[in-house]
Amino acid sequence: MDDAPAPILHMRGICKEFPGVRALSDVDFRLLPGEVHALMGENGAGKSTLIKVLTGVHAVDGGEITLDGAPVSFSGPLAAQQAGISTVYQEVNLCPNLSVAENILIGREPRRFGRIHWKEVRRRAAAVLERLEIHVDVSAPLSSCSLAVQQMVAIARAVDVSARVLILDEPTSSLDAGEVAQLFRVMRRLKAEGIAILFVSHFLDQIYEIADRMTILRDGRLVGEYLTGELGQVELVGKMIGKELKDLESLENAPKDIAAAERSRPFAEARSLGRPGAVEPFTLTIHEGEVVGLAGLLGSGRTEVARLLFGADHATTGELSVGGAPVTLRTPRAATNHGIAFCSENRRAEGLIPDLTVRENIILALQAARGWARPIPRRTQDELVAKYIDALKIRPADPDRPVKNLSGGNQQKVLLARWLIVEPKLLILDEPTRGIDVGAKAEIQRLVVELSDGGMAVLFISAELEEVLRLSHKVGVLRDRRLVAELPNDDDLTTGVLMETIASGGRA
Amino acid sequence: MNAAAVIRHRLFWPAAVLVLLLAANVFFTPGFLSVELKDGHLYGSLIDIARFGAPLILVAIGMTLVIATGGIDLSVGSVVAISGALACLWITDLDDQQSVGGVLTAVGLALGLALFLGLCNGVLVAGIGIQPIVATLILMVAGRGLAQLITDGQILTVNSAPYKLIGGGYWLTLPFGVLIVAAVLAITAFLTRRMALGLLLESVGGNPVASRLAGIRSRGLIVTVYAFCALCAGIAGLMVSSNVSSADGNNAGLWIELDAILAVVIGGTSLAGGRFSLGGTVLGALVIQTLTTTIYTIGIPPETTLLFKALVVVAVCLLQSPAFREKALNRRRRRPQAAPASADPKVKVPA
Repeated sequence: MDDAPAPILHMRGICKEFPGVRALSDVDFRLLPGEVHALMGENGAGKSTLIKVLTGVHAVDGGEITLDGAPVSFSGPLAAQQAGISTVYQEVNLCPNLSVAENILIGREPRRFGRIHWKEVRRRAAAVLERLEIHVDVSAPLSSCSLAVQQMVAIARAVDVSARVLILDEPTSSLDAGEVAQLFRVMRRLKAEGIAILFVSHFLDQIYEIADRMTILRDGRLVGEYLTGELGQVELVGKMIGKELKDLESLENAPKDIAAAERSRPFAEARSLGRPGAVEPFTLTIHEGEVVGLAGLLGSGRTEVARLLFGADHATTGELSVGGAPVTLRTPRAATNHGIAFCSENRRAEGLIPDLTVRENIILALQAARGWARPIPRRTQDELVAKYIDALKIRPADPDRPVKNLSGGNQQKVLLARWLIVEPKLLILDEPTRGIDVGAKAEIQRLVVELSDGGMAVLFISAELEEVLRLSHKVGVLRDRRLVAELPNDDDLTTGVLMETIASGGRA
Repeated sequence: MNAAAVIRHRLFWPAAVLVLLLAANVFFTPGFLSVELKDGHLYGSLIDIARFGAPLILVAIGMTLVIATGGIDLSVGSVVAISGALACLWITDLDDQQSVGGVLTAVGLALGLALFLGLCNGVLVAGIGIQPIVATLILMVAGRGLAQLITDGQILTVNSAPYKLIGGGYWLTLPFGVLIVAAVLAITAFLTRRMALGLLLESVGGNPVASRLAGIRSRGLIVTVYAFCALCAGIAGLMVSSNVSSADGNNAGLWIELDAILAVVIGGTSLAGGRFSLGGTVLGALVIQTLTTTIYTIGIPPETTLLFKALVVVAVCLLQSPAFREKALNRRRRRPQAAPASADPKVKVPA
């Protein structure tokens, strides 16, 4: 690969240490102009740290970074951006209360006579979005756009700062297939313009579709740099986790006794449960020990169904019975009292308390149920927390570390642990495997199977149809905020059938 | 514990400032630290700081919990005035101002009213959803009027030995007010740290949405902390008026809400809510009280005291900011780049 053009960006021997942790040791990374370069690795492998070191969020402890052959050291993301390195993060970092145009041009507004030239702001924003083939009213507030459009706006903003290096950290984790295709079109166009793109994603198919080259990290060390065409998926996964992935395959073939799940007692029965603007009235029964999958595009009402069942939103129509008795869930607390637990898809905003420690986050729901006057004895806390850190392989295994310092996958496990210790009868998992690595994903999937074998009812929501199909006894399909089909997961059900149902709305 | 761990401790900087202030006092007044026993009472500048600082510490303790939930309470100064005014009014109407029963009734009434006002604040914030700074601003302004109404615009003076005990008396050689503070602090620490109240408050302040989804009933918690905060202010109001044996609706507790918020911040509790530190708050209140004392002892002209206080407070806040310290340090010794990659990872010394 020595005939390749000179790298636009070269990082050599990068080391980074945090108190007690060696996040990166001696990592090399290079980025060629006009390529999409995937940075691969499990959660906690050092991908985010490498990006933060590159963009000046963290100072390097060792090694050097050269941009166009000249050594650089950025004091912060702004300095990196001025040098032509723009970043779009996994969770959109924009101002939802400002308009789309303002978000794109904030800090760089065109001015006239010292005042902001609003007409020009809107015109330029529209032009940038046009270039990316995104059609949206630029004067609408960003919060009125879907998450996917917000992501595109973030990319538009990054590109408009005339980036030469664009870093996309998990940009696809909240996009549906059509939106991913749109994003990839945009990426290919940017690539053709000579922009170097660093791409991080947990979706292997996407990596193989878009990336030219990949660099693999494991435990903060460089595993190697490969051309995408020269490394198969299985080898890639093997290199990422450092072992073979037989466990995942065995799970795939686990036989499911659909009839048995149907025969067991119904735990939760929703009859015409609905809420205007959220989801149209739906009827769904979840039996004890049954895994019910919910499939559908982003924004099809999957999360809304979960929120109604958990009392996070009030149902205005229909009725719900839990364990045979009719209930009205006005608050999440009422739902937890009935043995229902809910892991939100948005773990940063709706799940974790970032400043509290791993321990405190894990015991929170149990403590809330007991009330403040009955604290969980410290020894019981230690036992419970140690048990779940061990069972879910939460890393680092330090109960007293603030949860905000953990990687995404480990944060997800902390959230899971919080609900598992309350021993719910119905566990609602909304995108529990989004944005986390293959190993952790397999662990969570295995856990779902174990829990349902133990009699727990599980509502499993995921954008990945394969995953829904692998775990569920039956699958509810949502489309345009309506539950359009309920399909038993027998031999005839395939991802193809699911996709057709989503596409046709079950009318075919 | 090694030196680095001590410096990293979150209470290191407020404690260091307190020590520095005390040292400055010793420099100007050599006998500053001496405490002596006279007539069975402890006397000395340190005792005075604790005694005069007691109302501020109390108010700041209540404020800490409110701030931990992500709120703020501006009305504490008015509650201080109202509580003192009502107690004094009741006592002036007594046939015998020395009657212990009568004074206890006055105290009970005053604290009951304070508690009620706090509940109103809590309901406005948690029940109706008004922003805390606006909700408590209402009582901050209206409360002064209420206090004036109670005292009929006059300064009420009382002559009651049992009432004088609260803010001006001694018990077991110590100022009675300091003992009250110690008791309130102990109870608060017990409820928040031994019970699970602290965890739930920090959770609500740290992420209200996630707390709701975790099944925490935040509304009740928030109403409780505003009521508690007002109760603390009510007790502080009794101390202030008891110490001077009079109630001044206009000036009692004036600006104490700002000192209390400052004490909380110096103590390391973020105004954004979440993690709180009662020990830090007490240290912060002591820093402020010591600063006030220092201004008098080292002879700063009275007309510039507020400016001097402001400068010290700015210095304290900057010292506490890790970002500022890092910047200041880096400027002094710009480290050469490229630490050797093969260097051993830092050895962790067990604390």
